Amino acid sequence: MHEWALAEAVVSAASEVVEKSGMKKVASINIGLGELQQVDLEIFKFALSQLLSGRLKDAKIKIRKTRARLKCRVCGCRWLFSKTGLDKSSREAIHFVPEIAHAFVRCPECNSPDFEVEQGRGVWIENIVGKKRCD
Amino acid sequence: MIDPRTAIIDERLKNVRNVIAVSSGKGGVGKTLVASVLALILARNGYKVGFFDLDFTSPSSHVVLNIGNEQPKEEKGIVPPQIHGLRFMSVVYYSAGRASSLRGSETSDAFIELLAVTKWGNLDYLILDMPPGIGDVTLDLLRFVQNVKFLIVTTPSRLAFETVGKLLDLLRETKNPVVGVIENMQTQESTWIRSQVEAKGFSYLGALPFDSELEQNIGNIDGLLNTQFGKNLKKIIENLFLKNAFLEKRKVGC
Ligand SMILES: Nc1ncnc2c1ncn2[C@@H]1O[C@H](COP(=O)(O)OP(=O)(O)OP(=O)(O)O)[C@@H](O)[C@H]1O
Ligand SMILES: [Mg+2]
Ligand SMILES: [Zn+2]
Repeated sequence: MHEWALAEAVVSAASEVVEKSGMKKVASINIGLGELQQVDLEIFKFALSQLLSGRLKDAKIKIRKTRARLKCRVCGCRWLFSKTGLDKSSREAIHFVPEIAHAFVRCPECNSPDFEVEQGRGVWIENIVGKKRCD
Repeated sequence: MIDPRTAIIDERLKNVRNVIAVSSGKGGVGKTLVASVLALILARNGYKVGFFDLDFTSPSSHVVLNIGNEQPKEEKGIVPPQIHGLRFMSVVYYSAGRASSLRGSETSDAFIELLAVTKWGNLDYLILDMPPGIGDVTLDLLRFVQNVKFLIVTTPSRLAFETVGKLLDLLRETKNPVVGVIENMQTQESTWIRSQVEAKGFSYLGALPFDSELEQNIGNIDGLLNTQFGKNLKKIIENLFLKNAFLEKRKVGC
């Protein structure tokens, strides 16, 4: 259920942007969701739908899932994060704090914990699209 | 691309009256011991206290405070468990005893993540156990958390004060309030640290002795409070936190 906390953060950040830009109504909010954090899409979507209000009320939520791509800083190997092979508690830990992956995930080539998450870490807002005035 | 997490931090801390960062710049001077015992004393005096271990690569407060098996709860966010009267949060709940060797930017990410999802609720004091150095966590704290007050720990050593002095200068430049400086592990009377601190215009709060009984009381809450270290710390903070009821309430928002 910590998806709610993330959804709250998205709504709060989106409200701030909309406020600052002077947008009257929001048509859509485009969100990126990295696989490393393993956010439950249904709960996250539901939380968002419950939290949107004011100028964000009728905004369409579009969520784009992104695979988590990791790159070893020691040997340069690139690979995709996969939760299979991790036990439940390590998966959960990475869900709460994605950086904890460094405690449980190793480079498949050289076993180093020193890798970079090139993409697909957590939750981000890609952009917010305003509604046209004429309608 | 917008990072949504930073927008919610003020909201998460809005009912926290005082954020106290126990900090030094120098490693190994007793920040964790001071922060832990300070938090216990405040809690024993009836305040609502939270404790956040911000040493993401080498957390240790969970050992000092002997936190047991209780885990954070998920309630539309993470609610830290209540341990010895404190709401306790540390990355150890997630690293499961394994090394979490993080680069600077990763430390930042972990810190922002936990600030964004941890629900502290109503607190009189949130005590932060800072990592050594004047690096990412200190900078992120100044950047993302409003109105933090710094409680600085040093040892009598000139080598410690070499760095502590620089942190004090930095905090003056950034206009961050400093509660004062505690001299820890004193082995003989000396006024050198006091004079250095006062020459910089900060308040010297007092000294804690080098206490050979401290180590055997780690993890023993009553034992810690009864050491000479614990008793002296109580005297120091009586004037600061306990008598004044509260320091002035934190302001959030511009
Ligand atoms: N007054 C004291 N008397 C005796 N030992 C002490 C005293 N204060 C701290 N210590 C011991 O010194 C060591 C370092 O203390 P502590 O871990 O609190 O320092 P720290 O500043 O938090 O270190 P780090 O920079 O690694 O976070 C510990 O073993 C602690 O038990
Ligand atoms: Mg420490
Ligand atoms: Zn490698």
